[in-house]
Amino acid sequence: MGMFTVNAFLLLLLAIIAVVALRVHQLFALVMLSGAFSLTAAAQFVVLDAVDVAFTEAAVGAGISTVLALATLSLVPREEKPHAIAPLPAIIAVAAGVLLMVSIGDLPQFGAADAPVHVHVAPDYISGSAEKIGVPNVVTSVLASYRGYDTLGETVVIFTAAIAVLLILAGWTRAPYRRENEDRNSQSTRNIEDKAEDAG
Amino acid sequence: MQDDPVIRVVTKVLIPAIMLFALYVQFHGDYGPGGGFQAGVIFAAALVLNAVVFGLHRARQVWPMRYNLMGVSAGVLLYGGTGVWSMLAGANYLDYFALKADPKAAQHLGILLVEFGVGLTVASVMVALFFAFAGRLTHIRLVAKTAAHEAADTEASRAGDTA
Repeated sequence: MGMFTVNAFLLLLLAIIAVVALRVHQLFALVMLSGAFSLTAAAQFVVLDAVDVAFTEAAVGAGISTVLALATLSLVPREEKPHAIAPLPAIIAVAAGVLLMVSIGDLPQFGAADAPVHVHVAPDYISGSAEKIGVPNVVTSVLASYRGYDTLGETVVIFTAAIAVLLILAGWTRAPYRRENEDRNSQSTRNIEDKAEDAG
Repeated sequence: MQDDPVIRVVTKVLIPAIMLFALYVQFHGDYGPGGGFQAGVIFAAALVLNAVVFGLHRARQVWPMRYNLMGVSAGVLLYGGTGVWSMLAGANYLDYFALKADPKAAQHLGILLVEFGVGLTVASVMVALFFAFAGRLTHIRLVAKTAAHEAADTEASRAGDTA
């Protein structure tokens, strides 16, 4: 009963934040709401015993992406332009939601020991983590040892994505142009920043 | 925000605590929740907080962009290098049992190394993206300001010509 109350409260809060985020037109409020959504989702992950996921959700979803969105806000107008609801995307979204809700009935019970995902390699991992690897946190032993290749792949994906984004953001694609103007630009940037600091 | 003494002082107290917590999450990941990914983003959050409160310019002096670029690559190299080490020790790629005589100690060492590689890459990526992104904002605002100044100058000189 206690668990049910906590779950109901968190899910209700998520739904309320989502609906309010749809209605609100102030972009600052929207960014804050998305941060609050992430934080509530992180709390929900803790309730589901996925503390590792909750950590990441709280730090990335509620922390760093909120800061990035706030930084973007300094360049754009404060309010969203009013626009009519587009019918086709709305129909697709509602239909997909209904399909997902219908298919929930076919899922195994939450935490059921005989769920397909728990009868394949999971027993090996759970017993092996303590006996062979000696690491109490099964998540870590699966992530870094049993599934070391997958995690290496993930790290390389992050590496590649970061290099691509940095190439776009840092403007390194125009290296010859930048080198020519580097001195003058950085000089003028510094001057203006100094002046701003003096003024402030 | 840079002028508010309360925020500055509280941030100065918080940043080392956040970094220490990131290291705890990094190296205690074998025993409690956490690991490289989580530690990386928490560590990055400390540096992002520094940049938000004390300004991007100062944050980049404390933590230059080249640290990030080195960290991004070093993390992947450390992960891949651990795999090469286990191959050199005579086992399969990323098979940590060959790293030491005691199998559990070998697993601990291998997991510690690859998790640290993951943490290094994730932290550097997050900070690098934030620095590059916020740097673009400063640049765009600067270009807009310069354009406005130039327009005003042209306007003024034109007015001077007619007078």
